[in-house]
Amino acid sequence: MTATTLRHRSLKTSSIALGLAMALSAPAAAADLVISNWDGYMAPDAMAAFKAATGVSGEVVVHATNEEIMGKLVASGGKGYDVVFVSSPFAEVLNKLGLIETIDHAKVPNLANLYPEAANLSHDVGNKFSVPYTWGTTGLCYRSDLVKTEPASWNDLLAPSDALKGKTTMLATDRWLLAAGQLAKGYSVNETDPAKLAEVKDLLISAKKTLLAYDDTTFYSKLVSGEALMVQAWDGWCNYGIAENPQIKYTIPKEGSDLWVDTMVVMKASANKDAAFQFINFMLDAKNHAWAAQNIDYKVPNKPAMESLPADFLAKFPNMAMPVAELVKFEQLRDVGDAQRDYSKIVSEIKAAQ
Amino acid sequence: MAPALAWLTALMMVPCALVLALAFFRRGIYGGIEYTFTLENFGLVLDPLYAGIFLNSARIAGTATLIAVVIGYAAAYAIAAAPRRWQPVFLFFAVLPFWSNYLIRTYAWIVLLNREGLITQLLRWFGYTGEPPSMLYTEGAVIAGLVYNYLPFVILACYAPLSRLNPELAEASRDLGASAMTTFRRVILPLTVPGIAAGAVFVFVLSIGNFVTPALLGGGRFQMIGNLVYDQFLTANDWPFGAALAMALIAIMLLVLMAQALAADRAAGRIAEAKADG
Repeated sequence: MTATTLRHRSLKTSSIALGLAMALSAPAAAADLVISNWDGYMAPDAMAAFKAATGVSGEVVVHATNEEIMGKLVASGGKGYDVVFVSSPFAEVLNKLGLIETIDHAKVPNLANLYPEAANLSHDVGNKFSVPYTWGTTGLCYRSDLVKTEPASWNDLLAPSDALKGKTTMLATDRWLLAAGQLAKGYSVNETDPAKLAEVKDLLISAKKTLLAYDDTTFYSKLVSGEALMVQAWDGWCNYGIAENPQIKYTIPKEGSDLWVDTMVVMKASANKDAAFQFINFMLDAKNHAWAAQNIDYKVPNKPAMESLPADFLAKFPNMAMPVAELVKFEQLRDVGDAQRDYSKIVSEIKAAQ
Repeated sequence: MAPALAWLTALMMVPCALVLALAFFRRGIYGGIEYTFTLENFGLVLDPLYAGIFLNSARIAGTATLIAVVIGYAAAYAIAAAPRRWQPVFLFFAVLPFWSNYLIRTYAWIVLLNREGLITQLLRWFGYTGEPPSMLYTEGAVIAGLVYNYLPFVILACYAPLSRLNPELAEASRDLGASAMTTFRRVILPLTVPGIAAGAVFVFVLSIGNFVTPALLGGGRFQMIGNLVYDQFLTANDWPFGAALAMALIAIMLLVLMAQALAADRAAGRIAEAKADG
């Protein structure tokens, strides 16, 4: 998800300090693997543990957004990277560009840990070129102590009650901003019909008048401070708010959500593909994948990992316990090809509207 | 001359030429660049939507410039009128904010203006119990941020001609019966036009291309041309269109700079006249 945002600003400073210490003590030279990931999106000691387990050394570089790493990969033909973490529509594009390698299932035995549904995702049925790392929904995150009635529909955000006017935020990234309108209208989150998109645009322009701000990165802290009372949010980020204030709750409107999936891919240009598959296999290990779920507060598509999560953690973050069957009912964001230009234009129109 | 020329070529002309070249290609279907020649990106710049965003950016930048010039000129005038030995101290304080990062200074405004921010808390402390005013994420907040950040440029630019102004000119004007207002309007102001023009151009050019302030203080609700260029490069992956927008922006900035150079030339003529007369 978080296509254009910095992730996990809230990740504990200690892990950042640890990461920094590791970066300083372990010079990047001569690593066997180069992995690009969002900052704080895996265990800070993952590479050390990987080396201890396999003898393969790896270097982690970070990208802030999907677009940033896409720019680098397209420009270099993928050279210089072995494993890259990207959201599913971008994995799809990398595959269409022929930049990523077919996943060799024999070399990634831990794929067996994935839920069967995670091997059947619409962007890549059978995990041919991508391996899901995290997945989740986009819904409404709100202050249950200050919002009188529990929101039930996207329209509760798009046409809020008087008490909520000026106290809501929406995501700024084009695909998710449009998704709120598309879902409210009952359309696909990949809708490209211009007439339907025009309706979505009008709806979102009228919603803008009641909005505090568009916000991709700090919406949960606005909830914590009380500046905003209801925000469009990714479930994992809503969890950062819940962690600070248990009165914050997450709900998926009745019209549904998108299903976002962040994936791991292996670059075709990698000189060390066996080690790359080894790394993916390592990440899919139940214990390592459970670390991700528990520390970055995102659902992971790993059955034994999810089953190992402690009950009090699931009680604190109810959306982590969402059944997989319900999750995969939602439609994934797909690459929309040429329609992307229409999407950006509509978003510009919405943001320029007075 | 040669090192300067090499510097300009390598760091200014070549990058600009590359961006310009980019604007003539097509966006590849997956966000890359397709190397077929097209003019459609420039056509798109003239689309009412994007032209409207240009005009709106110019309006916001223009308002910020006007306010910054009025406040900055008054501040520069006061500094220039202060005792000589205090002037460097005042100037030092005027530019002190530049010692900290632009982003941090902008975030400070968020801390001040947000609904649960310092101003609201201060109001509550004085016993105000109503709904706090919405100050952040408004056009006013964007303009305040731009004025605040670029004000020191105006102060410095206006202080230079004001401090060099020969006090005898104002004295002569008063002796000949002009009121203080007339002296200011007919003598002081015309002689300091180059400073005003330089300061105003700084504020306008930096404001119209700014994308950080509208993003942070406008909450993404105000699209300025800088945000649009940023979005084309970093979210829409439409580099050719982003390049065309950037070129249009550069063209506007060049026009403004040329107008300023013209104004400065004419004013220089006036100053030379005044000196010859004096």
